[in-house]
Amino acid sequence: MRLMFVLIVGCGRVGSSVARGMLREGHQVSCLDEDPESHARLEVGLEKSWEDLGGQFTVGAGLETEALVAAGIEQADVFIASTDGDNTNIIIAQIAQKRYEVPTVIARVLDPLRAEWYRRQGLQTVCPTKVAIDMLESAVRESAGRDGTPPPEPAAEAA
Amino acid sequence: MYIIVVGAGKVGWNLARELLEKEHEVTLIESDRRRYLTVEQELEHNVSYGDASELWVLERAGIQRADMVIAVTGDDEDNMLICQVAREKYLVDQIIARVNNPRNRQHFDLLGVKPSVSATDLILRLLEHEVPEYGLVHLLDLQEEQLEIIEMLLGKDSGLIGRRVGDLSMPEGSLLISVLRSGKGFVPTADTVLEEGDEVLAVLDPGKEDELKALFGPDGDSA
Repeated sequence: MRLMFVLIVGCGRVGSSVARGMLREGHQVSCLDEDPESHARLEVGLEKSWEDLGGQFTVGAGLETEALVAAGIEQADVFIASTDGDNTNIIIAQIAQKRYEVPTVIARVLDPLRAEWYRRQGLQTVCPTKVAIDMLESAVRESAGRDGTPPPEPAAEAA
Repeated sequence: MYIIVVGAGKVGWNLARELLEKEHEVTLIESDRRRYLTVEQELEHNVSYGDASELWVLERAGIQRADMVIAVTGDDEDNMLICQVAREKYLVDQIIARVNNPRNRQHFDLLGVKPSVSATDLILRLLEHEVPEYGLVHLLDLQEEQLEIIEMLLGKDSGLIGRRVGDLSMPEGSLLISVLRSGKGFVPTADTVLEEGDEVLAVLDPGKEDELKALFGPDGDSA
């Protein structure tokens, strides 16, 4: 496995969990969040402090160039935008892609329509809402299938 | 023209009203319910309730046939996204975006969201204009064309007072285009003699400001 420098902007439930997971797997992890309190969320369930385990934490907004540079965007191999704002994530992901040329850029986008359109423009998006929709639909289909009616084949998602 | 304005704050509301008076067709989109209800009392069917960063809200407002989209919400990310989607997904000809934080202008430029307007920048320029000691006032940046137009005031310490325009050693890539004297403007000839208190407009290649400022030495410290 190649060890990566992973920069995560937005350290909520998703961002902090991914940060801990990646650090545990041996990657170098840096988090950027506007709220200094989110540092505490990072350390939930950890034996030592985030910094003692080798993690980095910077307070600042994802649109602030200085904050991005302080958090190490120029060295990043992977950039994850996981703030609570879809538009913020889409914009800062494009900044990481176009300005800093980070090789792998991923944006969390809750709105399936925006996620889909930006994905087609070449931005890697993860849409938790779409995952929930798919799971709920397949749960219903499964239940329908048990009653003897054959479930229709799920339409393949356009690539 | 059919114009969609996003954000019914003071800017958006007044803008929509002015555009309607000029007989354009306008839809103003506002995502705050209470604000929407206030504005709707005046603008009635010309205002629409919804979050314009949702694509279906834009489509409901008829973005496919819009000639222009103006995003003036208080959130720079929203303004960038709405304009980007308007131009790249719905092929709207004209977009205008408001920049709330002037430090974000670089991001608007990076994403090709142009033109963008920043009230803070405009007030700063006005401030520079009202404070002549500042020496040099940026009037206009023609970024695409790679030109700037600046204004300079000839202070009493300027070495150019009493000199003929034809004798000035203007830096290469700069040109004097007009002189404002006692409230009147004229285009100088080589024989125009500069006087104290003249306001001079020059067009120049970007980056020539310092050379020009050194030549004009308006505020004494750079002469």
